[in-house]
Amino acid sequence: MNAPTEAGMSQTGPGTMAPGPASPSARPDAMLVVEGLGVQYGALKAVDDVHLSVSAGGRHAVIGPNGAGKSSAFAALAGANRAATGRIFLDGVEITGYDEARRATAGLVRTYQHSNLFPALTALDNVRIAVEKAQGRPLRPWPSRRADRAVTERALANLEHVGLEHRTDQVVSSLSHGERRQVEVALVLACNPRIVLFDEPTAGMSAAETQRFANLVESLPTDVATVIIEHDLDVVFRLADRISVMAAGRVIAEGTPEEVRQDAAVQEAYLGTSRGEEPLFGGPG
Amino acid sequence: MSTGVVAEAAGGGNKRAQIVGRVLVAVVLVLLALLPFVAASYPISIAGRMLSFALLVVSVDLLTGFTGLPTLAQIAYFGIGAYTAGLVGIHWTTNLFAQLGIGIVVAAVVALFTGAVAVRTSGIVFLMVTLAIGELTHQLADSLPQLGASNGLAGIPPGTVYPGAEPLLLAGYTYWWALLVFLLGVAVAVVVARSPLGRSMRAVRESPTRLAAVGQRTYVVKLAAFVIAGGIAGAAGTAWAVQTRFVSPGDLAFSVSAIALLSVVVGGAGTLWGPVLGASIVILIRDWLSQYVAGHGELMLGILFVVAVYLMPRGIAGTILRGKRRSDEPSARERAETAA
Amino acid sequence: MDWLDANLLSILNGLALAALLFLIAVGLSLVFGTMDVLNLAHGAVSLTGAYIGVALLDPDAGAGQFVVAILAAAAVGLAFGGALALLTGGVRDHLRQALLTLGIAMIAGDILRQLFGADVQSVPTPNGLAGSVDVLGKSYPVYRLVVIGLSIVIGVVLYVVLERTQVGALVRATVADRGMVETLGVRSNVVLAGVFAVGAALASVGGLLAGPVLGAQPGLDNTILLLALVVVVVGGLGSIRGAVLGAVLVGEVQTLGVALFPAYASFLLFGAMALVLLLKPGGLLPARYGAATGGHA
Repeated sequence: MNAPTEAGMSQTGPGTMAPGPASPSARPDAMLVVEGLGVQYGALKAVDDVHLSVSAGGRHAVIGPNGAGKSSAFAALAGANRAATGRIFLDGVEITGYDEARRATAGLVRTYQHSNLFPALTALDNVRIAVEKAQGRPLRPWPSRRADRAVTERALANLEHVGLEHRTDQVVSSLSHGERRQVEVALVLACNPRIVLFDEPTAGMSAAETQRFANLVESLPTDVATVIIEHDLDVVFRLADRISVMAAGRVIAEGTPEEVRQDAAVQEAYLGTSRGEEPLFGGPG
Repeated sequence: MSTGVVAEAAGGGNKRAQIVGRVLVAVVLVLLALLPFVAASYPISIAGRMLSFALLVVSVDLLTGFTGLPTLAQIAYFGIGAYTAGLVGIHWTTNLFAQLGIGIVVAAVVALFTGAVAVRTSGIVFLMVTLAIGELTHQLADSLPQLGASNGLAGIPPGTVYPGAEPLLLAGYTYWWALLVFLLGVAVAVVVARSPLGRSMRAVRESPTRLAAVGQRTYVVKLAAFVIAGGIAGAAGTAWAVQTRFVSPGDLAFSVSAIALLSVVVGGAGTLWGPVLGASIVILIRDWLSQYVAGHGELMLGILFVVAVYLMPRGIAGTILRGKRRSDEPSARERAETAA
Repeated sequence: MDWLDANLLSILNGLALAALLFLIAVGLSLVFGTMDVLNLAHGAVSLTGAYIGVALLDPDAGAGQFVVAILAAAAVGLAFGGALALLTGGVRDHLRQALLTLGIAMIAGDILRQLFGADVQSVPTPNGLAGSVDVLGKSYPVYRLVVIGLSIVIGVVLYVVLERTQVGALVRATVADRGMVETLGVRSNVVLAGVFAVGAALASVGGLLAGPVLGAQPGLDNTILLLALVVVVVGGLGSIRGAVLGAVLVGEVQTLGVALFPAYASFLLFGAMALVLLLKPGGLLPARYGAATGGHA
């Protein structure tokens, strides 16, 4: 189902913010290329020289212990942290200098660890806002029956895709946790993204909701790449074709799920010492 | 900064409630139109001033309730509209449509330039910047000789509706003009509220980060809202000048600006009709009731505000709609069933 | 030194105004910075202090009577502040706080008008302080110098208490992490109400001290509130040093600025405030801790 991915090896090297022609490592079939991403808070390097490469339609997971810098890296990727260093390329185009809004228009969208929606608006209105921006005229100061209906229909279709067609008129703040996650997925999909960053999407979800979410990601269009921060390893091994493991701000391993499972550095980071007896990642998948 | 806004669910709700609402609005409009036939000229003039103040408050609500930007600057654009209409009347033409049009344009242009700078900020800082805008305009009005300085702009001739017409002298006629401007202004506000821009404005209020994260820069949305609100406030100001035929710097004082903002809160931010109600009650108490309580108008207003905070946390509109919304929401059990 | 000679009086007047503004505004700043409460009744508190001066001081008032008046103003301010803390306790939303406190201000204004009438009342300068003294060759009212001195003393005491004493540490801890402080057995409500009350007491005393300079009349509370807001916003929310800087800036702009650029007198103050806000939205010296920067309940 997924195209073969790049082997993005963890390299050391300075990252710069200088915009320039696409770097040689931005291969044509890579949707997202991240070079030398860094986020520093005073003396603390929350994200330290992170490299990432995701192909079009690729399913990439980022795992690691708490405090590894995964969410900080995501925020920097999305453009929420302007002080981040490094270079980011989306489909060959350097987006390092883009602000958050521009990155979203370019096709890089994200969901938040604690769903970031428009609380007092209905599920339908939430998704409508995204549809309007993607294909409508969000600044038009008068309603237009035809255009507004097209936007509404597209929004309803997105909500149907995530399974919320019966909750469209519910105010988002009155929805359950899992339902809000679903709305957020519908919302980001409505942006016609090329890549979606999911930040711990199944956190706080029941088993049934987690299954539903995994089904949803599997059903995404094949040209939409995803990068998922996840703690639920069942989900990771079901969905991902490549995994990056982060610890203490750095990528300590990267590769296919099998490669990562065997990696000594990963076992060290998760367990402290490698005993070699119990498999690190037990269970199915 | 939460503004106690009423949720949008009310819009998609009860068909019957919608019809009742519409009938109510129609009845109120008919009563307003017929007022000059039944009331004496002093109550009519109060009613006219109520309408202009209510339109000002509507413009405040567009920013405060819809966009999440509590503001103290609208009085400046109101004043600009009033002084512009007065100056046009004195120096050029008594045609009311001309005064209205020019007043709106001048107010909107000033709103564009001041807003371009102001909407870079948010929250308390934005509130203080708008306070500065309001006070600066107040002091400009108080000092410029062309505007009459502290004596105000007097001698505004009565307006005419078309070239060669009789000037509008009777309170009833200026009231109808004020009603017309009010209806036009509210119509614009309603149209904007139902437009994609209106939805973008609410998105700014609800989660500016989320709006940026779907690709829409919030600055542009806020500036558009600011300019439209400025134009509406300007329109309200022109109607004010027509009725009183005198504009004083005191009309732009901080206290008026504060009361306009608080009328929005009392009425129920984000609903348009709530603030209209709030504005009407505030003017009623301050200008009409105060005669009957020997000048204790401010006391009554103060009591209204304090009571409103405790008894009506979401304003008048919020309190009315909350009771309705309770019966619309699904029960906890229904929600659990669908989530499983 | 010609320039200094020509403008010395304005500069001193600016400092005197700054001294009064500091006393009045520091409470507003602390309450907003530490408790995130927008208190629009602050001007009314100050005006109450001024009217206490009207009530208690007759034209022959001596220093003793003056001290009594100050204590009375402080006591009334404490009570007013405590009441305000109680009333605003459950109201988290800034707009509703504004509604509530402005409503209270209007009620207070009406009560004061009932008690003292609508005319301008004057507060007499106490006997011993009514004369003038020589400052660098110019004659300057003793009273204003005393006000400056008193304000400096109070400011220093406030700073020392907040930064160097147990009580101050308790306040700062309560602001930084209310929950934590509660687990230590401290009633955070009481602590914060104390901050509110002290701030109000200072405002009331400030209003009293301003009496001989500004008088007392309905509507003065609005003027004072506006000035205090500018001081707080320019200086930075929640910090004493910010209130000092803000007060000095506002005081000098209003006096020296007006003396030097009379044509622009009206615009100087709010123009300066807008400029500061656009360059430094947090104010010039905002607090390093507090509700605004992360203290949570």
